[in-house]
Amino acid sequence: MAKLPVQFRLNGSDRAAFVDPAENLLNTLRRGLGDFAPKYGCGQGTCGVCTILIDGEPHLACLTLAIACEGRAIETVSGMADGADLHPLQAAFMENFAAQCGFCTPGMLTAARALLAKNPTPTREEVIEGIAGNICRCTGYEPIIAAILAAAGSRDVRRA
Amino acid sequence: MPVDVRTCQTMAEAASMLSGDRTATLLAGGTLVMRDVNEGRITDGTLVRVADPAFRLVSTGGGRIELGAGTTMAMVLASQELVFLHPAARAIGGPAVRSAATIGGNLFAEAPYGDFTVALLALEAQVTVQAGYGGGRTTPLEEFLAARERGRQQLVTAVSFARPQSAGALRFCKASRVRPKGISVLSIAAYLPMSGGRVAGARIAYGAMAPTAIRAKGVERALEGRMLDAATIEAARQVAGEGTRPATDAIASEWYRREVLPVHLGRMLAGEER
Repeated sequence: MAKLPVQFRLNGSDRAAFVDPAENLLNTLRRGLGDFAPKYGCGQGTCGVCTILIDGEPHLACLTLAIACEGRAIETVSGMADGADLHPLQAAFMENFAAQCGFCTPGMLTAARALLAKNPTPTREEVIEGIAGNICRCTGYEPIIAAILAAAGSRDVRRA
Repeated sequence: MPVDVRTCQTMAEAASMLSGDRTATLLAGGTLVMRDVNEGRITDGTLVRVADPAFRLVSTGGGRIELGAGTTMAMVLASQELVFLHPAARAIGGPAVRSAATIGGNLFAEAPYGDFTVALLALEAQVTVQAGYGGGRTTPLEEFLAARERGRQQLVTAVSFARPQSAGALRFCKASRVRPKGISVLSIAAYLPMSGGRVAGARIAYGAMAPTAIRAKGVERALEGRMLDAATIEAARQVAGEGTRPATDAIASEWYRREVLPVHLGRMLAGEER
């Protein structure tokens, strides 16, 4: 079957790929475009490690058709840092030991980013709701919640 | 043959494609269908997408509310006019799932999924279905669910229901093992309009207590015309399980679901949040 072209903005840059019609966005990002930040965990929409932003809204890349992203703005963790300067969320994760194996971390950072863009001063309960779609096996979630609350306390959090 | 994708600019075109090709599957939010693609349960045929703006139209003016089948849970949560549906919408997956999951798709989610449909059933929603290029046909949700498997090559275009008496008149709870997000042990929606301090027109619906969402008509009869006091709630608890056929699955056993159903129903009717 012939591949289809798809073009979108990825972390601020115009990118294009040839994809199978029913290919999911996660496959396209990792294998087509070399962005390995979003991970493959379950393929079912349960684990959240493939969470990315499409036009600012959180989506699961494993459940998103690549061709449905034509003309959209996609953001992954790869675009969070500004050169050597970490995004405040990334710095907060580091300072609060919010990553152990790191596999859930790209999804957690992206979910947190989406949360803080909508709600810059979340309560603990709102943070828990915001990461409700992301599973972590290592940390027990408390360091992640603390990191997000700490980043929310920082004035710089709306940078990206 | 690998899977093909066709994007239709109108709902009529999509309906025609679905009814004309038994290997065509509607792709709305993708939370069910893309899972099947990823797990190899859909390996050929065509995924049909709907780009028609009417598919996601939210009409809340007037006494009757109509929601396009492509309306997402996130769109429901963003609408203050639909605040009475927020507990049900919030019960679906996590934030990323809600960006994509649609009302129409939830109608087809098999137990123990499909919790939003439970709330729609308590509101006695009507489902508008289009087969081919003909006009839409409207069916009560209860009938639609009973015939759901036979209707997979039709396009659900919209869901409609009467505006509830008040936002508080529709109660919703979901019992799951993992909070705040988790697959249902069971879910309950209770529409309890009151008149003169008594229940007038109770509609109760369950999720994950049968192969589809079902009405709890025994409970409705036990509540009708009575004050919502301890005696009434106990009478409702006694008949809570009537008509239920819960499954045993990875989340809970049939026995467990039957045991906890009256507990959750009683708490909900008493207004106890857990």
